[in-house]
Amino acid sequence: MSGTTLPIAPEPTSETAEFWDAANEGRLLLKRCLGSGRAFHPPRRISPFTGRPETEWFEASGAGKIYAFSITQRCGAPHCIAYVKLAEGPIILSALTECDVSSVQIGEPVKVTFVPSASGQLLPMFTPISNEGQSGRGGAGLGHQGPATARFLDKRQMEGK
Amino acid sequence: MTLRNQAFVVGAYEHHTRDATRIPLAQLHAEVAVGALADAGLTLSDVDGYFCAGDVAGWDAPGCGPFSMVEYLGLDLRHLDTTESWGSAYINHVSHAVQAIVAGKCRVALITQAGRPRAERLSPERMHAEQTQSAHEAQVELPYGPVVTNMYGMVAARHMYEHGTTPEQLAWIKVAASHHAQHNPNAMLRQVVTVEDVLASPMVATPLHRLDCCVISDGGGALVIVHPDVARALDRPMITPTGAGFTVKHLNGGYFDILESGGVKSGAEAFAEAGVRPEDIRYASIYDSFTITVLVQLENLGFCPVGQGGRFVADGNLIAGVGRLAINTDGGGLCSNHPGNRGGMTKLIEAVRQLRGEAHPAVQVPDCGLALVHGTGGQLASRHGSATLILERV
Repeated sequence: MSGTTLPIAPEPTSETAEFWDAANEGRLLLKRCLGSGRAFHPPRRISPFTGRPETEWFEASGAGKIYAFSITQRCGAPHCIAYVKLAEGPIILSALTECDVSSVQIGEPVKVTFVPSASGQLLPMFTPISNEGQSGRGGAGLGHQGPATARFLDKRQMEGK
Repeated sequence: MTLRNQAFVVGAYEHHTRDATRIPLAQLHAEVAVGALADAGLTLSDVDGYFCAGDVAGWDAPGCGPFSMVEYLGLDLRHLDTTESWGSAYINHVSHAVQAIVAGKCRVALITQAGRPRAERLSPERMHAEQTQSAHEAQVELPYGPVVTNMYGMVAARHMYEHGTTPEQLAWIKVAASHHAQHNPNAMLRQVVTVEDVLASPMVATPLHRLDCCVISDGGGALVIVHPDVARALDRPMITPTGAGFTVKHLNGGYFDILESGGVKSGAEAFAEAGVRPEDIRYASIYDSFTITVLVQLENLGFCPVGQGGRFVADGNLIAGVGRLAINTDGGGLCSNHPGNRGGMTKLIEAVRQLRGEAHPAVQVPDCGLALVHGTGGQLASRHGSATLILERV
């Protein structure tokens, strides 16, 4: 890993520019296949269900449940990667933030939150709904404390140790 | 097409090294090629079909890679197959080799595999980024820090959530590997470990501990598959592929079951083609990048019902001479060798040893006439290629 410990920045393409622009505005977009009516992810021009280009962007609710997660240590802090099953159907790869990762559970409801990457581009991540009103925003994360990671603070850190 | 007696595996060789600091990659491929051909009683001049994957030296450079390796070996080819599916590629290559031999495209097929991640000090994190950054999904995945350990950690976490599988049950898979590895002088980890040892090892990616992971090793191996006429002229045990299956499992737009690998399809296809069932198999080489890899594949292949994998692997059920199904009697990737982070070739080689009766006496399955080899190339938790092969001694 290089100097920065922020999450690496995505490199948008013409297929995904809307997705990343919306993320910078605090909105999670999904693609929907017009032929089958199903939402899908990762976003692309051609529907994986029909092979046809009739697809549209729509704004997801940002609600989902943890499908699977795993905690590793990165740059001295816990990092919690997760698959999140969105209310709209697809499971997406993301990470959990603004929470005590040592107490998260599969099946737990989460909502989207947006976290800066190395370039400043905001990334959709997820935080447990039960966490709301406890952590406040300042504690979490990424970018607020200088070059700190995918810095998913644990409870001890959030409480100022 | 029935595979039986269409072609025979007559040569197998595993490099003894686990640290190739002083051996360049192309030389590793060459040494295992020569070794497997010598085992068969053949030489490089007999080879007319060559099979390799993305681990050959120079793979990324236009005009190099496979051609460079063919030139190094001085081969005069009629057939080349570079199908890449990571660790499962070589298992898939065996099936491709049989097809090529049946089609008259070659008579002596050579498959090589080698790698040196220890010598090159490759970090799994860097490898993941380098392998995937040009893929269309990279931009919506890499920022979240996927590495091989946390991706497999998610599979284990989900299995525990859905089926109540325990860390102790997963640990039994490593325990079995260590019981086998103690008899393999080339194994990286020869010390027998206990369930407690596994659980006491550092947490790498929840819920996986360090001892739930395979070794990182240098080395490689090669296999020789030949036309029946060639096989009959050689004084080697006659081992024939009888069934093969391959598929690519992917995330399907976001609708997937992380516990259902491509092994469900590749296994069913291989069993059907061979005309045998999981209960007929007493030895299996099962890809073991992590303990959870083994558990999920055993369920997916039908060795036990879905969700029962934890119970199936516990209490030594995978240890030769102890349990119902002996797996990876060389110590597998978990304890012996996972050369170049690709385990498919060593899986094939140990199956050949078992079918020849050449495994270590302490782990040899008595009268082993049937073996299954299964590999997952790529990642269980995302896109991967699953290859299953059934071999029979005739």
